[in-house]
Amino acid sequence: MERKIRVLIAKPGLDGHDRGAKLIARALRDAGMEVIYTGLRQTPQMIAEAALQEDVDVIGLSILSGAHMGLVPRIMEELRKNKMEDVSVFVGGIIPEEDVPALLEMGVTAVYGPGTATQFISDEIRRIVLASEEE
Amino acid sequence: MKNQIDVNAVLAGDRRALARFLTAIENETASGRQTLDAVFKRTGQAHIIGVTGSPGAGKSSLVNQLVKYFRQADPSKKIAIIAVDPSSPFTGGALLGDRVRMRDLSGDEGIFIRSMATRGALGGLARTTSAMAEALDAAGFEMIFIETVGAGQSEVDIVRLAHTTIVVEAPGMGDDIQASKAGILEIADILVVNKADQPMAENAVRTLKAMLELGHPIVQSAAERLHHRALAFEAVEVTSDIHQNSEAESWQVPVLTTISTEGVGIQETAEKILEHGVALKQRGEWKKREAARLQEALHDLLIQTFLEKWQRESSSDFVQAVIRDMLNRVHSPHQALQILIKGQNK
Ligand SMILES: Nc1nc2c(ncn2[C@@H]2O[C@H](COP(=O)(O)OP(=O)(O)O)[C@@H](O)[C@H]2O)c(=O)[nH]1
Ligand SMILES: [Mg+2]
Repeated sequence: MERKIRVLIAKPGLDGHDRGAKLIARALRDAGMEVIYTGLRQTPQMIAEAALQEDVDVIGLSILSGAHMGLVPRIMEELRKNKMEDVSVFVGGIIPEEDVPALLEMGVTAVYGPGTATQFISDEIRRIVLASEEE
Repeated sequence: MKNQIDVNAVLAGDRRALARFLTAIENETASGRQTLDAVFKRTGQAHIIGVTGSPGAGKSSLVNQLVKYFRQADPSKKIAIIAVDPSSPFTGGALLGDRVRMRDLSGDEGIFIRSMATRGALGGLARTTSAMAEALDAAGFEMIFIETVGAGQSEVDIVRLAHTTIVVEAPGMGDDIQASKAGILEIADILVVNKADQPMAENAVRTLKAMLELGHPIVQSAAERLHHRALAFEAVEVTSDIHQNSEAESWQVPVLTTISTEGVGIQETAEKILEHGVALKQRGEWKKREAARLQEALHDLLIQTFLEKWQRESSSDFVQAVIRDMLNRVHSPHQALQILIKGQNK
């Protein structure tokens, strides 16, 4: 049977907009993935807990609030506590170019700006999950 | 590495190991099956509670409240939730959004929530939902809530799997006739009219009560009323060693009201769930239900295995040729079957 890719789409932080998160969630579903959507205002602990219980391959974080440099390290730390370093983390939203290297340094797999085509994102996710499986 | 399941870790309560075990089951891998075999002796303990009803009726919100309530009432009791949502028949993808309504439950190590997609199965559950429930049962979860798709058709699968089936209705969603069409009275052990804060809730309660009285009063649990499937073998009947006491002889389907967004009516619903579990045990029905379910599972495995054996052994060209003959009316379906069984092996 074809292996299903499971993705958690999470919206950390306090801003109340989840249009972008829902858009990407639907796009990944339409690309044949199983997408777990957890809603607004997720704490790093909540995200790591959901990722663990759902045993996802990928976590997509949608961050529009500008708080990514504070949130991402805390989420990565919670994932480490759960021994989930092998899960790929993608960040989308409004992320200034100059912050990208630091996010990648923290262990984020890729950062996608607002203009990125959803098709490109889903292709990338598929490529990365399948590649990590062959290791 | 990801495919390796550590049974001891699962049984010791390691949540990461459990999550991986569930994935292996869902993907129907050999290691998932072997691990299930290894833990089978430990199953049969959990109270499995099905929650069904139309999308939007408030199933996830109700489960959220009930689990919160049960955890507060007895913090030693571990509770699991399996939430099933449909896969798209076109892309195979799925959007699993039930956790949105269950945020109250995060941070509690005594709770485990797992979302799953139907992956093509009809009838409100995925093919591996029951195996997943078995794994959670073995891992020590004493209550397992299963939220079904609730697509509106009568969802018999959940009745076969659950000890207690709760049907959630919301006022003003479907009219009375739709409710009866969906066969909800037949599958419910407990009827809940959620969104009691909305107008027409009383109406819905009255209608449901009238419908319950109209039919001959239901005095059995849904699983007991369920017509048993014809099996590939003679079913083994289990008799209960428990003397049936007269008080336990009937189960009247209650119609309860809740406001799941606020926690109203939750205690009453929770108490009914426990009461129903006790009633099942007193009637010896718990054991009978397990026996029926396990025998049905064996039946399904037999059919599947023989089918796969046949598929492995017969050449596809030969099968195609026989089918073409049938379509050209050279052979009837029954004659085609005879030819296929005699077969031209690979
Ligand atoms: N007014 C009101 N809304 C509710 C109630 N219970 C759930 N809801 C809302 O109904 C919607 C669907 O609820 P959900 O639990 O996701 O339903 P499900 O699709 O059956 O799982 C959500 O927006 C809930 O907030 C209730 O008792 N009263
Ligand atoms: Mg739901």
